[in-house]
Amino acid sequence: MIEARNIFKSFEGKEVLKDVSAIFHKGKTNLIIGQSGSGKTVFLKTLVGLFEPSLGEIFYDSRNFTAMKNADKIKLRQEIGMVFQGGALFDSHTVEENVRFPLDLFTSMSNEEKLDRTNFCLKRVNLVNVNHLFPSEISGGMKKRVAIARAIALNPKYLFCDEPNSGLDPKTSIVIDELIQEITQEFDMTTIVNTHDMNSVMGIGEYIIFIYQGHKYWEGTSQDIFTCDNKELNDFIFASKMFQKMVRG
Amino acid sequence: MFFILTFMGLFFHFGRYAVFMSRVLRRPEKHKVFFKQLFIEMDLLGIGSVGIVFIISFFIGAVITLQTAYNLDMPLIPTYAVPVATRDSMLLEFSSTLVCLILAGKVGSHIASGIGTMRVTEQIDALDVMGINSANYLVLPKVLGLMLTAPFLTVISMGVGIFGGWIAGAATGAVTSADYLQGILYAFVPYYIFYSVVKTIIFAFILTSIAGYYGYHTSGGSLEVGHSSTKAVVMSCIYILIFDLILTQLLLP
Ligand SMILES: Nc1ncnc2c1ncn2[C@@H]1O[C@H](COP(=O)(O)OP(=O)(O)O)[C@@H](O)[C@H]1O
Ligand SMILES: [Mg+2]
Repeated sequence: MIEARNIFKSFEGKEVLKDVSAIFHKGKTNLIIGQSGSGKTVFLKTLVGLFEPSLGEIFYDSRNFTAMKNADKIKLRQEIGMVFQGGALFDSHTVEENVRFPLDLFTSMSNEEKLDRTNFCLKRVNLVNVNHLFPSEISGGMKKRVAIARAIALNPKYLFCDEPNSGLDPKTSIVIDELIQEITQEFDMTTIVNTHDMNSVMGIGEYIIFIYQGHKYWEGTSQDIFTCDNKELNDFIFASKMFQKMVRG
Repeated sequence: MFFILTFMGLFFHFGRYAVFMSRVLRRPEKHKVFFKQLFIEMDLLGIGSVGIVFIISFFIGAVITLQTAYNLDMPLIPTYAVPVATRDSMLLEFSSTLVCLILAGKVGSHIASGIGTMRVTEQIDALDVMGINSANYLVLPKVLGLMLTAPFLTVISMGVGIFGGWIAGAATGAVTSADYLQGILYAFVPYYIFYSVVKTIIFAFILTSIAGYYGYHTSGGSLEVGHSSTKAVVMSCIYILIFDLILTQLLLP
């Protein structure tokens, strides 16, 4: 479980997050939705400690992350896996080296053990025979999979994904979404996914928070989302004509 | 107003550079990983620059010799004074300062754009989120890699420059081989080599750390990566020249 309490974040006087609180549960795929520029990435990066919140506190299973000493934060980070928007694979490393990277730095495994774990993670995201390719040689969908494999290499308790299906075709998007959901259940992780894709909301959203201009406007489940009467949320959901027709007939 | 802003900018960068370097100059987490990176950087930054140092030093040595021979074409001055000028110019200034200015262009822009790209594509965030000291992991191997290899580049440059002068002098008839060989041994001060090597090591630190600093603090997209790279080259050249002055005051009697 991850809890954010009254998070504020501003950059040089510009307020990006305004009093956002949320509880994300274990074993569930939690979604943060909102338009581009609403503050989703900043929120996710604040949760993992890449940004310090200007105000507010973050708890990882009742451990106060915000108040921790640096050394303890670094320890806790080994329980965190993160998939960045563009994949953020290390260009100078092969696929295999990318996934093995956290193992090299944080474990004392033997080379065979590392290779086994790397291959296990790659296989889990359905990638085989790409070990020796470089990130520039694989497709966008494959990059996202490698990023997921790298994120789960150390068997994390918490998984963060920033727009995991941006830049992917609709079919690949669904595959990636489902992969994230399966992994979350299989390894009983607390997963938080940023998205602005309504297909993801319908497909994998178990608990959803909606962010609008840095405020949390709504929270609930994908069943409630079409019946809520929040104007901003409705504008966001029904921006697509298709969803309007589907839901309202 | 302009001066106040420039001054504030200077303080801002100086403070941020100090904080950045205090993160870079830490003991690496995994020694095995660090040494692997170090050897990669020594190869890439140091050995990868041998070619350009070779070419430039050869021509500089040749040109100094011909220019000096032309200027000293007077009855009272012996011809072997020409190679003395070539040797001392190479030893005192060109093989350290000029080579490092060239490295600031080649290596500095490479480091700044490489690290800048990693910043804007969130690769640095990916390192940080794993709990790795990204500044240390990325920059320390480059700083040490060049500090360890640049002295060899300087010594190579000295040899090649003096050789270039010999070839040019002999080929044009400006200085005969015998005069040249006599001259390069005349009033030779070995301390100059030490002085040059010390300068080079400090310049290598300046240019790699400044390039790392500008790359690391890039924000935005590919356009900003280009800006960082340009700034890194310009600023390292300025600081190399400032430190050239300071070190010369300190090291030469
Ligand atoms: N490092 C930063 N410095 C200043 N402003 C930032 C920074 N990162 C994000 N912002 C601003 O915060 C706002 C929210 O951005 P972001 O969280 O990236 O939105 P999104 O919901 O699309 O992920 C934007 O207006 C952006 O300009
Ligand atoms: Mg975003």
